Amino acid sequence: MKVLVAVKRVIDAYVKVRVKSDGSGVETQNVKMSMNPFCEIAVEEAVRLKEAGVATEIVAVSCGPQQSQETIRTALAMGADRGILVQSDEALEPLGIAKLLKAVVDKEQPELVLLGKQAVDNDFGQTGQMLSALLGWSQATYASKIEKADGELTVTREIDGGLETVKVKLPAIVTADLRLNEPRYASLPNIMKAKKKPIDALTPDELGVDVAPRLSVLKVAEPPARQAGVKVGSVAELVDKLKNEAKVI
Amino acid sequence: MSILVYAEHDNASLKPVTLNVVAAAKAIAEKAGGEIHVLVAGSGCGAAAEEAAKIEGVAKVLKADSAEYEAKLAENVAPLLVKLAEGYDYLLAPTTTGGRNVLPRAAALLDVQGISDISGVEDADTFVRPIYAGNALATVQSSDAKKLITVRGTAFDAVAAEGGSATVEEVGAEGDAGLSSFVGQELTKSERPELTSARVIVSGGRGMQSGENFAMLERIADKLGAAVGASRAAVDAGFVPNDYQVGQTGKVVAPELYIAVGISGAIQHLAGMKDSKVIVAINKDEEAPMFQVADYGLVADLFQAVPELEAELDKG
Ligand SMILES: Cc1cc2nc3c(=O)[nH]c(=O)nc-3n(C[C@H](O)[C@H](O)[C@H](O)COP(=O)(O)OP(=O)(O)OC[C@H]3O[C@@H](n4cnc5c(N)ncnc54)[C@H](O)[C@@H]3O)c2cc1C
Ligand SMILES: Nc1ncnc2c1ncn2[C@@H]1O[C@H](COP(=O)(O)O)[C@@H](O)[C@H]1O
Repeated sequence: MKVLVAVKRVIDAYVKVRVKSDGSGVETQNVKMSMNPFCEIAVEEAVRLKEAGVATEIVAVSCGPQQSQETIRTALAMGADRGILVQSDEALEPLGIAKLLKAVVDKEQPELVLLGKQAVDNDFGQTGQMLSALLGWSQATYASKIEKADGELTVTREIDGGLETVKVKLPAIVTADLRLNEPRYASLPNIMKAKKKPIDALTPDELGVDVAPRLSVLKVAEPPARQAGVKVGSVAELVDKLKNEAKVI
Repeated sequence: MSILVYAEHDNASLKPVTLNVVAAAKAIAEKAGGEIHVLVAGSGCGAAAEEAAKIEGVAKVLKADSAEYEAKLAENVAPLLVKLAEGYDYLLAPTTTGGRNVLPRAAALLDVQGISDISGVEDADTFVRPIYAGNALATVQSSDAKKLITVRGTAFDAVAAEGGSATVEEVGAEGDAGLSSFVGQELTKSERPELTSARVIVSGGRGMQSGENFAMLERIADKLGAAVGASRAAVDAGFVPNDYQVGQTGKVVAPELYIAVGISGAIQHLAGMKDSKVIVAINKDEEAPMFQVADYGLVADLFQAVPELEAELDKG
């Protein structure tokens, strides 16, 4: 089974992002960039499927600026076989990205596409569902366990009330949640090997996809700051304040 | 201009978040005009549809009652949304795993860029939404003819559950897409209020050390009529089930009172609770970032402080 994994380059999840003073966006100059954590989990799952003899080839795809190559290299160092960069300097939105990924799927014909459940920059959480819709495939979002049987996958999903299990026909789209696995760190020899793995480059034009944004960002602002509170000296004082000052208990 | 709200329900009754989504619909209707309709898609969902008909401000309820909507599989529900969307300018769903799963699928079929997790309505086509785990708020304007939106429940005050008298209209089903099937569910059973609608939440983190120790928090929760939540670290360690997780990738909550016990206050956790009205932090590390957002901070060992808190609450 050939597996495609979609990976996004984002501001590292542990960086405290700063809003630009002109309100046009967030500061990206000299900020550490990494693979979106949910994409790491998706790559790890693909690699485990290959190690288990279920996946035969893993293709890592990223859409974005030239630097997204680094993100693809990370996926290759984790165990993906080759990469595809769909290069674009435009601000891409989930619908445009889903259309680009669909065009890549049409060329590559994988049986499974793994994505992250959400990218931690824009927190959209839409791309996997949109790609699935455009392809007319089945979808299993928020996966915490994936098992393959004949022609279908059994997927455990993290839902608001607990866990749900569904069966989806292949080909399928699966999006990874936090507890699907713990991604590995790439070893130095694997990082070296990854440098020799091929990365193809494409453009939205070559794929015949219109990625013009539908949303325009009018403003990006800091959320209202919380007022600094007080330290209390004892549990008794805490309860007194909650009762008589805040009046919440 | 009319608005269709995709109701969250379990066939027998509506989930409270539906009232918050109707509130967002009202905010949109104030700018754009138009009626608010609610779609109840399910199997044997008559009771939930009747409940929806009573919601204040709802003009009509559409009931799609058919076996293929039983498990709310996105592959089956999205085509229904697409068909109904013909008659609407807005389609709204809650930012829950149910809403987030199906709405983008319908949006792509309509060639619309969905707008996730709005926390404010600026104009008929302009919305505010948190990005970067709530570290920034983006104001976005949509150029799509139809708007497909998921709504952050905690950002809109619920409308009244009673007072309306909408008509209930049956709508035909779109058939089973045959792509996926439901196998089973393991839902967490609890007598306590639901996290996203609880007035008080007591949450534990890695500092709790074990699942057994969460019993301490449960006793406090029962005294306060509270829900119990957790950090990702506590869930990953297996102390509590996944649906306890509060944060960027768990649940977003905004109770009157949030008590964080043994939780450091990572940005991803804060993303899910920093809009709470009053925040209490109990942590032995006085440098813990949770203290920066806490109204009341207690630097203490939780294994001492929590039993003391229980005793203090018993005093009444
Ligand atoms: C993509 C991504 C998404 C994430 N999503 C979420 C999310 O939705 N929700 C979430 O919570 N996290 C999320 N995280 C994880 C987050 O970054 C933190 O790792 C996590 O919140 C830490 O949990 P914690 O505070 O319980 O653990 P720790 O950071 O280990 O903190 C434990 C705290 O307990 C205190 N403590 C220990 N013992 C005691 C004691 N005896 N008495 C008092 N205090 C004590 C310590 O001082 C410490 O402050 C996400 C991370 C990533 C990368
Ligand atoms: N620019 C991109 N290139 C490749 N994959 C992407 C891109 N943006 C989003 N994705 C995939 O879609 C998932 C969800 O992203 P989003 O819908 O933006 O929250 C990510 O975890 C990726 O797997």
